[in-house]
Amino acid sequence: MAFDYEQYLRPGKLPHIWCPGCGHGIVMKGLLRAIDRCGLQKNNTAIVSGTGCASRLPGYVDFNTLHTAHGRAVAFATGIKMARPEMDVLVVGGDGDGIAIGGNHFIHACRRNIDMTYVLMNNYIYGMTGGQFSPCTPTGDRTSTTPYGNPDPIFDVAKLAIGAGATFVARTTAFHATQIDKLITAGLRHKGMAVIEVLDDCPTTFGRRNKFRSVVEMMKRLKDIAVPVQTAGQMSPEQLQGKILTGILHQEHKPEYCDQYQQVIARAQTAAKS
Amino acid sequence: MAKKVALLQGNEACAYGALYAGCSFFGGYPITPSTEVAEVMSVELPKVGGTFIQMEDEIGAMASILGAALTGAKAFTATSGPGMSLKQELIGYACIAEIPCVIVNVMRGGPSTGMPTGPSQSDVMQARWGTHGDHPAIAIAPSSCQEIFSETVRAFNLAETYRMPVQILLDEINGHMRERIELPEPGDLEVVNRQQPTVAPEDYKPYDHAQGDIPPLASFGSEYRYHVTGLNKAADGFPTSKPELVDAEERRQLRKIEANRSLIEKNEEYRLEDAEVILVAYGTISRSARSAVDHLRKDGIKAGLFRPITLWPFPEKRMTDLAEQARAIVVPEMNLGQLILEIERVTRRVCPVAGIGRVDGEPITPAQIVAKVKEIL
Ligand SMILES: Cc1ncc(C[n+]2csc(CCOP(=O)(O)OP(=O)(O)O)c2C)c(N)n1
Ligand code: SF4
Ligand SMILES: [Mg+2]
Repeated sequence: MAFDYEQYLRPGKLPHIWCPGCGHGIVMKGLLRAIDRCGLQKNNTAIVSGTGCASRLPGYVDFNTLHTAHGRAVAFATGIKMARPEMDVLVVGGDGDGIAIGGNHFIHACRRNIDMTYVLMNNYIYGMTGGQFSPCTPTGDRTSTTPYGNPDPIFDVAKLAIGAGATFVARTTAFHATQIDKLITAGLRHKGMAVIEVLDDCPTTFGRRNKFRSVVEMMKRLKDIAVPVQTAGQMSPEQLQGKILTGILHQEHKPEYCDQYQQVIARAQTAAKS
Repeated sequence: MAKKVALLQGNEACAYGALYAGCSFFGGYPITPSTEVAEVMSVELPKVGGTFIQMEDEIGAMASILGAALTGAKAFTATSGPGMSLKQELIGYACIAEIPCVIVNVMRGGPSTGMPTGPSQSDVMQARWGTHGDHPAIAIAPSSCQEIFSETVRAFNLAETYRMPVQILLDEINGHMRERIELPEPGDLEVVNRQQPTVAPEDYKPYDHAQGDIPPLASFGSEYRYHVTGLNKAADGFPTSKPELVDAEERRQLRKIEANRSLIEKNEEYRLEDAEVILVAYGTISRSARSAVDHLRKDGIKAGLFRPITLWPFPEKRMTDLAEQARAIVVPEMNLGQLILEIERVTRRVCPVAGIGRVDGEPITPAQIVAKVKEIL
């Protein structure tokens, strides 16, 4: 049976702002399927974003939703989760939002291993502001502020999250639509900081400057560069050149931050009694 | 029964005031001279089941308290100079999204790193206009440790009543000085809790002006579910760029203050009945000004003190009335002329207004004020 997306969409809020061919809508669908699969309750779920095209997602979905300032989503979400640990807290947003201006909050949320699920839509560009390069724009590519080719090296979001201490890190692409909801589902079920990076595309501001003739061509590239982490082991470094690994890249179990703070409360209360 | 007394630093009194008011969430980042506030909160909040979190910077701290406040918590942060500058964008967010919270700014010399351990009152205008865009502001500048306690309680009450950020301005001197204070018992001071919506969940709108200028704010995680954005929004909380809706919402937000000035504004008056010279001073420096009034009176000069406790909104009606009878107004402040601008504006200079500015990290002394008054008379 076809999945009923409408049960989670706010009536009257569509059409969305996303351009035809934008990958963010595909991610939203995967997110809703995962939420459904995990049985999250609308009133008990908060979805938080920063600013950017990707960050517009919360406005369309029927939960407690918080569209914050550029880069600050995880820090707002941390406040929600710490004040109400029983809530399910998700963060969604773009690469610029999460990794450039919000990078500091991002790494520290990973380090704390606070129980939330962060879906990062990496279209490797600042879409909303018209296509300036982000920390995820490939070196050499053209954007509105790298007219001679991007001199910057990129951040590998997944490696950054693992290095910073996130205990669940996964990656897929907008082409692999069914994998999106599987990975988000696994992230939601994981206790601790779960980061799911979804590589998607901005045909409007990136595609046209980098000689992608169509959205289909951009999608095809996503398909071609993805290598499931299980098969990567059998490939040579040359074969892996220019590829990205997809699937669950890292999972471990470490103390979760809200639980840790419950212990602080217990210790403080014991000390106060004695 | 005798009240419990304690010898408390201003910063500590501020933290205990917050706890008295029912604060259950503190998100902070250490900075001199405000750090003792965070330290007390880290000790006391877990005892009452509340949350203390030290974030990665002041922006994160500000974001965390806004997130917590949306779940219904009374939320609080403390900072100074550079940290206050960092918080500005999200103070604007709290204004437009109408999220209650309290920020104490223990002012130090600036700009930039300035003088971390030197007192200052140079964030008066920042407290009014620090974030971009038109927005309402409430800022309170208590003087003694006792008043820091009670005004912190009031700051939480105002934040919850008017659904907005409220700033408390201390400075390095009254933040760090110790005074004996009487600790209020529960019930001694009024504590205001957030108004809850009564409509059916499906009818709830977080900015429903049909409910008055201050619509009730539901908590995330309750039976109400809604959207919050930093974009200009309509009554239902969703973004709009319809000129008439944007205009109405912006004006409503300012009206929260303008229509309730008499409930928010607070000032103290000392020997003003027949005063010809009015000293206007706030926070720490009001203490020097008070003793200057006594000195001047002894020398036969009819001086009095007008002490605004809310700097924003500035008690402008009372100030204007007093100015009518004055020969001169003298405004000592530990900056190079900030509140004086507001005094000149509201009194329309019906009498001469002179400032005493000091930014060398030393307080303005009574002698300095006396000398200035004699010079201008
Ligand atoms: C403090 C601040 N700086 C800059 C901006 C302008 N701005 C809005 S969205 C954006 C980039 C968004 O890029 P990304 O997060 O990758 O999302 P996308 O639009 O690509 O989905 C920028 C720079 C802003 N809103 N706030
Ligand atoms: S500009 Fe790019 S990122 Fe933004 S909606 Fe359009 S395609 Fe998507
Ligand atoms: Mg982007």
